[in-house]
Amino acid sequence: MSEPAIRARGLTRHFGAVVAVDGVDLDIPRGQIYGFLGPNGSGKTTIIRMLCGLLTPTSGDVSVLGLDVPAQAEALRRKIGYMTQKFSLYDDLTVEENMQFMGRIHGLKRHEAHQRIGELLGRYNLVELRDRFAATLSGGQRQRLALAVANLHSPTLLFLDEPTSAVDPENRRDFWEKLFDLSDAGTTILVSTHYMDEAERCHQLAILQTGRVSTQGSPRELLAQLDDRVVAITGQNLRQVKHRALALPLVESAAQQGRHLRVLLRRAADDPAHYLREHLGNGELEFAATRPSLEDVFVAATSGMEKP
Amino acid sequence: MSAGGRIGAVTAKEFRQLARDRVTFGMIVMIPLIQLLLFGYAINTMVRNIPIAVVDNSGSAAARVLTEMVRVTQVVQIVAYYATPDEAEAAIVDGSVRAALVFPENLAQRAARGETLGQWLVDGSDTMVSSALLGLRTMPVQLEAGTPPGAYQPRTPTFEVALFFNPERRSVVNIVPGLTAIILTMTLVLFTSVALVRERERGNLELLITTPIHPLELMVGKLVPYIFVGLIQVGIILGLGRLIFDVPFQGTLLDLVLVTLPFIAASLTLGLLFSTLAATQMQAMQMTFFIVMPSVLLSGFMFPFDAMPEPAQFIAEILPATHYMRLIRGVFLRSAEAYQLLPDILWLLGFTAVMLAIATKRFRKTLD
Repeated sequence: MSEPAIRARGLTRHFGAVVAVDGVDLDIPRGQIYGFLGPNGSGKTTIIRMLCGLLTPTSGDVSVLGLDVPAQAEALRRKIGYMTQKFSLYDDLTVEENMQFMGRIHGLKRHEAHQRIGELLGRYNLVELRDRFAATLSGGQRQRLALAVANLHSPTLLFLDEPTSAVDPENRRDFWEKLFDLSDAGTTILVSTHYMDEAERCHQLAILQTGRVSTQGSPRELLAQLDDRVVAITGQNLRQVKHRALALPLVESAAQQGRHLRVLLRRAADDPAHYLREHLGNGELEFAATRPSLEDVFVAATSGMEKP
Repeated sequence: MSAGGRIGAVTAKEFRQLARDRVTFGMIVMIPLIQLLLFGYAINTMVRNIPIAVVDNSGSAAARVLTEMVRVTQVVQIVAYYATPDEAEAAIVDGSVRAALVFPENLAQRAARGETLGQWLVDGSDTMVSSALLGLRTMPVQLEAGTPPGAYQPRTPTFEVALFFNPERRSVVNIVPGLTAIILTMTLVLFTSVALVRERERGNLELLITTPIHPLELMVGKLVPYIFVGLIQVGIILGLGRLIFDVPFQGTLLDLVLVTLPFIAASLTLGLLFSTLAATQMQAMQMTFFIVMPSVLLSGFMFPFDAMPEPAQFIAEILPATHYMRLIRGVFLRSAEAYQLLPDILWLLGFTAVMLAIATKRFRKTLD
């Protein structure tokens, strides 16, 4: 089982003249929750579609669960579950009918499907909704149904494409509890998101920017790279301070957060607070080195790409 | 795990969705109803090149002269000669000729006495054809060289005409069965051409193609409910046609089903092919009208097939509706049995196989 769940080398996809995914390498271990963090258009969906054989890569090699993709995509389809970004079950079927239909499509036997559907209805709090049409479900309910359907055939690998984009924070927390349950049971999960708090929950992360992986590692590792690079400035006229800070050669980015200005330095300085105080200090501002957040990681990773 | 299980799953799902889609369900019933009433009262034009047979019991020169005279009118085209009227009748029933001209043994004596010279056996189901042949009834003939045209003036008509199947020459008798071909083309091609595109537009397909389902399973599963839709529509049209327009049903129900099923299959698979070609439901509908218009104009529904110029006939032969037009009129009006109409049935089955093969090949389980 040491073989990774997903291995990709030089994965590339063009749409006409547009390069949506550009030379992506991935090694996603089994049993983990692996996150793709990136803005819209960074290639998250395209990569996921290539990994499950829905799109043919322009170039590059992909092996998922030991199967060559797209050559062995048919065999792979029995082992994976896929939750599309847009709700893709049938609006005019009920919760239970949708599950029965997909169960039969996946080739579950009647009694097997019956038992499995009962189990999943319970696990995903859908029992009371079983006779509701999918069209009438709320965003959170739809996500639970989609996740239940993706798990019908007990796949060993789940692809979730921005599963919580239409879900409120409480339901999102709930949803992640379910993902951890699945992960504990040994399922490998690949999830894409543009929410920092979600990315932080993943075991490992790849930050994507314009079709490339700009950095990858566990959230802890990624945060550690930014130690001694983030300073919080407190005081008056922060808008103006921000402009002056951005003009400094060592400053990567600056963003206001309430009454603080978070400044990210381009590389670690011995004493970042001291460096900024020297250049910006006017007696009214307070400078304090602070713990990096995943947003800082994201900013550092994505802005670095633009400046060669 | 079986393919049958998956096809069954898709079919059951499709039935459910169909039952819940009231607009579509309404169309299934309303389209035949409205069209039936609209077309029930219509259409007539002039006719040429009707295929006929000649049965010459006299073996006389007079018969040959008469035959030639009938031929040069261009109203008919002689495609066969038979020894007995029974053979000619069989040819009318299986549709290979629309009429037969029978000369009696004593043709020469009859000509001398100025009596009726021969008898037309006419398939009266197509009123345009029968009226054209009725026009030949009093055709002036010239039997001996030297006599000026029109000099031979029999007291009785030149020919006697026996109209088979539709003696009152009501056009509705021909139109109602033909209408089934038009309505089935319209609704079945439309519904199936939209079927796959709709799933793609709604995003269902992206999920479906990540499952082990085979394209053929998906397609066949989606088509099955519409077979019943087609049969229901045929029932509505022919049932009401009988009720409202008093169109007699001459054939057997078994033959009706035997010729209708291949046509339904051909229409559905054609729609399916459109479904794989179109990117949006709108495009699918436009493609449908691309096939419906020629089906109305060229299939023999509006204008007799035999009267059309050859290029039009060539196009018409490609359309499933043309073949079904022959089949349904044959079974319904001439009580032909399915085996007598085998070429058209085989053609429809072949068409179905080809369409299904192309559609399945075109449908890829990718989003490329």
